[in-house]
Amino acid sequence: MKVLLSVLRELAAIPSDPEKVALALNNLGLAVDGMDEVGTPIPGVISARILRTEKHPDADKVTRCFVDAGDGQERHVWCGANNMGPGDVVPLATIGTRMPDGREISQRGILGIDSEGMLCSDIELGISEFAEGLLILPADAPLGVSPFEILGIEHDVVFDLDLTRNRPDCWGHLGIARDLAAYFAVPFRGPRIDVGKLGKPRPVPITIEAEDECGLFTVASVSGVQVGPSPDWMARRLSLLGMRAINNVVDASNLVMLELNQPTHAYDSDVVTSFLIRTAREGEKITTLDEQERALHVDDVLICNAATDQGVGIAGVMGDLHSEITSTTTSLSLETAWFSPDPIRFAAQRHGLRSEASVRFERGVDPNGYELAVQRFVTLLRETCPDLVLHQEISVERTHSCPTSSSLAVRSSEVLRVLGISLTPQQIADLLNPIGYESVVVGDDVSVVIPTWRPDSEEEVDIIEEVARHYGYDKIGKSLPKSSVHGRLSNYQARRRLLRRVLVGMGLDEAMPSPFLAPGDLVRIGLTEDDVLRIANPLVAEESVLRTSLRAGLLRAIQYNLSHRAPQIALWEIGHIYPRGENPLPNETEQLCVLVANAGVESAVEQWNMIADALEVGAQLDQKRIPNGLHPTRSATLARGKKVVGVVGEIDPVVTARLGIEGRISCLELDLTTLLNENPKPLQARDVNKNPSSDLDLAFVTPDDVPAQDIHRAIKQAAGKHLVFCELFDVYRGPGVDAGHRSLAFRLRLQDSHATLTDSAIAQIQEQCIAAAKKAGAELRS
Amino acid sequence: MATEITSATISAAVNTALASISAAQSEEDVRAVTASVTGKKGELGGIKSQLGTVADIEERKILGQAINTALSTVSAAADERMQSLQMQAIAHRVASERVDVSELALSQRSSGRRGRLHLVTQATERLEDVFIGLGFQIAEGPEVESDFYNFEALNMPPSHPARSMWDTLFVESDREGSVVLRTHTSPVQIRVMQEWPPPIYAVMPGRVFRRDTPDATHMPVFHQIEGLVIDKGITFAHLAGTIEAFTKAFFGSDFTSRLRPSYFPFTEPSAEFDIRRPDGTWIELGGCGMVHPRVLRAGGLDPDEWSGFAFGFGIDRMAKERHGVQDLRDMYSNDVRFLEQFA
Repeated sequence: MKVLLSVLRELAAIPSDPEKVALALNNLGLAVDGMDEVGTPIPGVISARILRTEKHPDADKVTRCFVDAGDGQERHVWCGANNMGPGDVVPLATIGTRMPDGREISQRGILGIDSEGMLCSDIELGISEFAEGLLILPADAPLGVSPFEILGIEHDVVFDLDLTRNRPDCWGHLGIARDLAAYFAVPFRGPRIDVGKLGKPRPVPITIEAEDECGLFTVASVSGVQVGPSPDWMARRLSLLGMRAINNVVDASNLVMLELNQPTHAYDSDVVTSFLIRTAREGEKITTLDEQERALHVDDVLICNAATDQGVGIAGVMGDLHSEITSTTTSLSLETAWFSPDPIRFAAQRHGLRSEASVRFERGVDPNGYELAVQRFVTLLRETCPDLVLHQEISVERTHSCPTSSSLAVRSSEVLRVLGISLTPQQIADLLNPIGYESVVVGDDVSVVIPTWRPDSEEEVDIIEEVARHYGYDKIGKSLPKSSVHGRLSNYQARRRLLRRVLVGMGLDEAMPSPFLAPGDLVRIGLTEDDVLRIANPLVAEESVLRTSLRAGLLRAIQYNLSHRAPQIALWEIGHIYPRGENPLPNETEQLCVLVANAGVESAVEQWNMIADALEVGAQLDQKRIPNGLHPTRSATLARGKKVVGVVGEIDPVVTARLGIEGRISCLELDLTTLLNENPKPLQARDVNKNPSSDLDLAFVTPDDVPAQDIHRAIKQAAGKHLVFCELFDVYRGPGVDAGHRSLAFRLRLQDSHATLTDSAIAQIQEQCIAAAKKAGAELRS
Repeated sequence: MATEITSATISAAVNTALASISAAQSEEDVRAVTASVTGKKGELGGIKSQLGTVADIEERKILGQAINTALSTVSAAADERMQSLQMQAIAHRVASERVDVSELALSQRSSGRRGRLHLVTQATERLEDVFIGLGFQIAEGPEVESDFYNFEALNMPPSHPARSMWDTLFVESDREGSVVLRTHTSPVQIRVMQEWPPPIYAVMPGRVFRRDTPDATHMPVFHQIEGLVIDKGITFAHLAGTIEAFTKAFFGSDFTSRLRPSYFPFTEPSAEFDIRRPDGTWIELGGCGMVHPRVLRAGGLDPDEWSGFAFGFGIDRMAKERHGVQDLRDMYSNDVRFLEQFA
């Protein structure tokens, strides 16, 4: 929202220093995004008459203009515009002029011919946001004079405000000026009003059928209109505020909207004599002012000429092209209205048409602002229409949906409870009255009438915010609450941090791929898309599937790094997956995935062992269950009974081939929601056994498909209470061992807690172990 | 045995033994030489075993002592020689096994380095630690949320205009629009209010989603941290004080903070908070405010009994600014060459 300092200063006696005003705006919550000084005369820019022009033979887009700047010296200047001709007076920036955008005008011309300056447009001089080529000055303007002086342009400041949704009133200068006046404790004047002579009443019939959507519709009759151009100052203001000047009637209407946040619309009262506000009918069409024919929706609200039942505008959004006033219009019906915000917003969305009016109606305009708007419109139009007459009274029609002012009590105790500052009821009232919240002290409370231009104020706390704003957030003070809560990580969070440290300790880098996948990504890596959720409105189709596995994103990262010849690619991610669940919400869980390029299942197992040790968790390696997408003979499921807590192995070579990856990729995945939630009890100390120990080495031959963990488990059980540890210290395949078999050599350390183990006791344990291993499918290697 | 035992023969034997020991070139030689002298069949050992043939008791006593002295002289010399040979051997080994430690350092750097935590994780942990120090606990919630938690409970009923403040990604569901990718971490506020008995002092870091085209400062997937305090007698001054305490703890004691009025549907009064660098420039950090009474009610709390404040800001930007990352997209490229720059 653009705001002019000059307009604000007409409405309230605020300081002229733009820095002070900007600080005030920020402190009031009207965030200043930008601040532009405009109309500052530029030394070196003077008026000059074009004497003659010539085209360049090799460059038909540029014209060489010979100009007279009044000093008797003819200059030639290259110019890219084409709206000028001999005789025109235009602004000339002479050599050495520093332009508002910072560049300095130099002699550098084009095609080997110097330029003795630059002819300027409105934009280049910072006079307007619009330009259609060069700024053409009045033909009788003196030469060698600043164009700012010729045009009577005064210095001004444009603030660009980032307004929040709760301040509809600030979509007009009036609301901002009211806030600033209170901030600076200066008089708030409001707009200058001078309506001149009042005419006889000319009531206009109004019928509101769409009572829920239209709460108020008013029509003021104005006669003595002469349609023509606006005065320069008005056109300039509109331009600085981002609107084009059209004619005196439309411009006055627009300026009233920008000043007072009150959209108005002028109809030729000879054409529209009575109004009907109704919802649109199926199949109805209208051509809006932007020359677009629009098919209407039955929820659209139409303003109709009651005599013809023809639409003359989409309520609150845009007028009808064919109902525009014309150059011959002499009397007007000026509409102001209050429409329910939501229907206007939906209509603007439906038609893709956010107009200056609709953004205001959808936030809420003041239903009691119409009289001031009409008066200001008449005041402005009288500058170009001296015979203008306003016919009193304004015709007004209201329905049940029109907001009325409400009042509520603000307790000084509640102000203290919310803000932590102790204010007397009088102090509260003194902060609220200047911004239009009429406040009266009643005991410890303040009775407050909420102004109708502040529809956002609904309950006590909303008004307490106003108190805080005008008291000053920076004056409220800072204190720390006395927390009775102890800051700490949860068990889960502490274990996750431990896991992260273990992972980086193993040389693995954390990656953060997007959780969005392309359709087909999961299938390509051997997983299913049966249980995926999709994004209804993805930015691009390639990011429309919510991941059900971290593997897809991480594999892509591996692929990317391989193609960039990274020397060591070992990535992990801890993140959420979102498989479809019973509820509308997915079965969201946290997972770990670790992938290492050019590494096999050995890496994944080593990682699992390290993590299991650090987190004090365990699981069986079930190689009968081949995890989807993993190597069929070099992978296993990490299981606890039926529950799967992870997978360990290598990416299926079919998948790596499909992805164009050479070499193995190790893969470890863990369900952290399960594993991190566990809370292992502190391990208890045992006495270190100081008796002598004996080692027993046993080698067994087993078929390859008998899991080593089965033999290991059997031996451990058979060895009994004297076993200290049992480790697999050698695996051998080759001569002496049948094909499809391997030798597993285990070392058992045995120790009695009371005495030295006898040879016969050791021999007995050995026999038990051999027997148990045999039962599990392993023969003692002879 | 014909040899007559005299002190002269003893000392001659000792001299011979000492000469052999000092000539020995290995520990085995020393052992062999020593054994050949002191053993039962060795020179001194032989003399000792024949001592019984000396008739004179006095003489036998004297000779006995002389032999014992001779034996210990020889064994001391043997020990000394052994030690010196060991030292020689170590010195030899030391000379031969030189390594260039810098070579090891270089070769190991390329083969086995420590892994890296993602910058966002680092920033999140740093923030969590600061808030833990300020007495906060850490709460988390789902990333795919219902409309209720993401909007409705936060004082944005269906079709509330403020919903347009966030470009929302919706998840396909039976009831269109009822499931969203959370646009902020604020829904965790409601979940915490429902699940944790007050008083609540919690921060809620996590991943959030917006329908934003990626550029240098925006990503469709990014991270926020949200703070929530619910207690009896919590005021706006406590909010300002907590923001200030966080500012000093996280950025440094020479940083300060300020609050500016703003608007969020779920807080009233609402504010933006800015951090002032020691050089006087400002960083616009995030939004905050007193928890709206309607939000407290949606969380199952009585606004007449409890009050509180909430605040939130982006984590990615913290990481970006701390490490001078120019383009947010780099942080999510997962390029090892980018990741490995940061310890």
